Amino acid sequence: MVGAPAPEIASVTAAAGGPPAPKKSETRELSFYYGGFQALNGISMPIYEKKVTALIGPSGCGKSTVLRCFNRMHDLYPGNRYEGSIMLYPDNTNILNPVVDPIEVRMRISMVFQKPNPFPKSIYENVAYGLRVRGERKRAMLDEKVEEALRNAALWDEVKTRLNELAFNLSGGQQQRLCIARALAADPEILLFDEPTSALDPIATASIEQLIAELKEKVTILIVTHNMQQAARVSDYTAYMYLGELIEFDATDTIFIKPKVKQTEDYITGRFG
Amino acid sequence: MTAVSHAERIGELPDSFVSHRLARRKLRHVKERIIEFVLFLAACVSVATTIGIVVILLTESVVFFQQVSLWDFLTDTQWTPLFADAHYGILPLLSGTVVSSMVALVVAIPLGTIIAIYLSEFAPFSVREVAKPFLELLAGVPTIVYGYFALLFVTPLLQKLIPGLPGFNLLSAGIVMGIMIIPTVSSVSEDAMRAVPMALREGSYAMGATRFQTAIRVVTPAAFSGIAAGYILGISRAVGETMILAVAAGMQPNLTWNPLEPAATITAYIVQVALGDLPHGSIGYQTIFAAGLSLVLMTLFFNVLGHMLRRRYRQAY
Amino acid sequence: MTEQTARLESIRALITRHKRWDVVFATLGLIALMVGVLTFAALFAQMAMDGAPRLSWDFFTSFPSRKPDQAGILSAWVGSTLVMVVTAATAVPLGVGAGVYLEEYAPKNWMTDLIEINVTNLAGVPSIVYGLLALGLFVYGFGLGQSILTAGLTLALLILPVVIVATREAIRSIPAMIREGAYALGATKWQTTSHHILPYSLPGIMTGVIIGMARAIGETAPVITIGALTFIAFLPAAPFTGDPPAGIFDWVMSPFTVMPIQMFNWTSRPEAAFHHNAAAAGLVLVMMTLSMNALAIYIRYRLRKTLKW
Repeated sequence: MVGAPAPEIASVTAAAGGPPAPKKSETRELSFYYGGFQALNGISMPIYEKKVTALIGPSGCGKSTVLRCFNRMHDLYPGNRYEGSIMLYPDNTNILNPVVDPIEVRMRISMVFQKPNPFPKSIYENVAYGLRVRGERKRAMLDEKVEEALRNAALWDEVKTRLNELAFNLSGGQQQRLCIARALAADPEILLFDEPTSALDPIATASIEQLIAELKEKVTILIVTHNMQQAARVSDYTAYMYLGELIEFDATDTIFIKPKVKQTEDYITGRFG
Repeated sequence: MTAVSHAERIGELPDSFVSHRLARRKLRHVKERIIEFVLFLAACVSVATTIGIVVILLTESVVFFQQVSLWDFLTDTQWTPLFADAHYGILPLLSGTVVSSMVALVVAIPLGTIIAIYLSEFAPFSVREVAKPFLELLAGVPTIVYGYFALLFVTPLLQKLIPGLPGFNLLSAGIVMGIMIIPTVSSVSEDAMRAVPMALREGSYAMGATRFQTAIRVVTPAAFSGIAAGYILGISRAVGETMILAVAAGMQPNLTWNPLEPAATITAYIVQVALGDLPHGSIGYQTIFAAGLSLVLMTLFFNVLGHMLRRRYRQAY
Repeated sequence: MTEQTARLESIRALITRHKRWDVVFATLGLIALMVGVLTFAALFAQMAMDGAPRLSWDFFTSFPSRKPDQAGILSAWVGSTLVMVVTAATAVPLGVGAGVYLEEYAPKNWMTDLIEINVTNLAGVPSIVYGLLALGLFVYGFGLGQSILTAGLTLALLILPVVIVATREAIRSIPAMIREGAYALGATKWQTTSHHILPYSLPGIMTGVIIGMARAIGETAPVITIGALTFIAFLPAAPFTGDPPAGIFDWVMSPFTVMPIQMFNWTSRPEAAFHHNAAAAGLVLVMMTLSMNALAIYIRYRLRKTLKW
């Protein structure tokens, strides 16, 4: 299915047995070049609103590269080039359009990174960072939103008495949930997760996965994971990538039970990885 | 460690051959040990230097403090060791050092920090490649040249702006000293900022922050201990600076907190005495060692503090 | 729909406001750099305008004099050169030797830590303290007097940390592969060091030595402190004249002056005419130190570009 157009909504969700889900975003023939090296080739896939979409594939297949296109992270480094488009609905903005300010994109799309990267600030200030960047100054407003974000990230009870402590003092799993709270506080339209649990122990991983399952009711989620089982547990839709190309995109159940492409099946069943 | 040759391992060679090679190997071994010892001695020169400084300063100061009480030294408001009615209060020299250093820091810290942030977070590669060597050159100008510049260019300039400014003053010397210290502050601070991992910056940009917001709200606080180390090393350099002050601030001890006046610093005083002719062993001779001891204690404090801060930021990342 | 567009509009306005600060700060950064550039330019221009007319063959070959227009820097630059010879002859073997020891031989024990702490500490000691050390130790303690030898040794101690650090960093940048290759062939530690490590680290070491020497040439305070006189109207005995063997090194024990002290002397005179001489001397001094620093920077730059392990 190299370079094939995005599957029809009807066929996908008919498999899932529900009404057609609206699209929050979609990539169209997305290609990407690190200098002269082509890392992505003609990726076209939908991102359904308030659903979890997972990107899986072996190391080096380009899944993180795709993710970082969504918030124009590649702009930070010289020599990179986008081709194709990523549409954001309902306003039909092309994220990759050079005319579009990457900062504006990042204000609408937040990211949680692989290794937790809290700022050298207090827990409160970490979560409030996105709000302050958006110009929010009223203390009451900040307090309210910080608490809301920390509750949504299932961290509030653990930190409510020590909001002014440095974020570095938290455990790895707590730091990652802090980063999730930080990303949530800014009210993003899409939340990107870049292998969020690969640096965490199994217990922390389980709590983050549960969190993601709860969060999807509030925000559209796109998650990259190298752990197939995690994708199967957590996501509604899965995209399997290999060497920079989208091999198959479908509802998670279909991908993991009855994949349509042999390559996908080989990967899922562990014949290669 | 010398390598063992195949022949020796095989052991099938006549004794004379083997013992000859063993003897050569032993000689080589002895030679190696001698060389290592010589190199060790070279390394010990630095320890010997420190010991030398401590011994010389202490022995002369001890003689000095046998004649002048520590209390007088620290509290007397006059420094007139060469007068008939001699006073030995370090406060005038200390005030000269402190005031000139403060003026220098008012110049060096803001400018040095701004330059460091700019070079680390904003400047394009081409600007950095030119600015960094330039700053090194600025730091490499001999201090006597800076002293000349302060006395014969900056002071006349300032006199136009501030009527009544004396020809020798701490302000002019302090400003030039500050500019001289900018490279020290900026290079240490910039190193600290560059050591901040990209992951932190990405986290900030991902939240929709601009370059300025990321630099000021995330990178600078993260690099704080390194930046502080830069400031402290700048202070240390300011306190220890001699020629700019000897030339442009005059050599008259003057207990003042006003930079518009002339004054002598601890360092300028030592120069003044050295230019004169003091007999070895006289109390006048010993005063420069007492002054030197005060200077070393001050700079040692700052250097140790700066070193500890630098190690902290290096370990953090 | 309009709520969405209203939200986008306000975001865009906010971003524009914030991005203005990017521009403001970048400008501020350039202005700050300009302060340094302007200072340097003003300094250079002032000295050039004031001193260039005084630069002449006579200036380089005359002794200082009470008459400003007859005064020259002969004794000063000869003194500087001779002092630099002693400094280099002392600092290079000691500094490189210490650097080699610390990188190749030193075990990880308290003694090594002590040495390293000392090297770092000495780098931060004010230069005038070295003068005090030399006064007590070399001039009176060892009885070397107020001589070129004393000055050379003092300045060598001053720049020793620079040479040691440069040597260590140059050696550190050599990959372990080279060392292992030499040892595997049966070389001794010294053979490896002298045949492989030192030659490869030579450019880095040279950079440090040049920077150190540039610093030493411009140092005034320690040399004044040991009693270098500021008015010298004679030259030290020419090397290798005088009765051998002791006479060969008479020059080393002779009174002397150096360039920065001569400049200091002229700057301190109230007569404006001497200030021209000071400017001329300063010009010579700055040209010397600048070209040495520039040479070191160039070597380091070429080193980074061409060295591909």
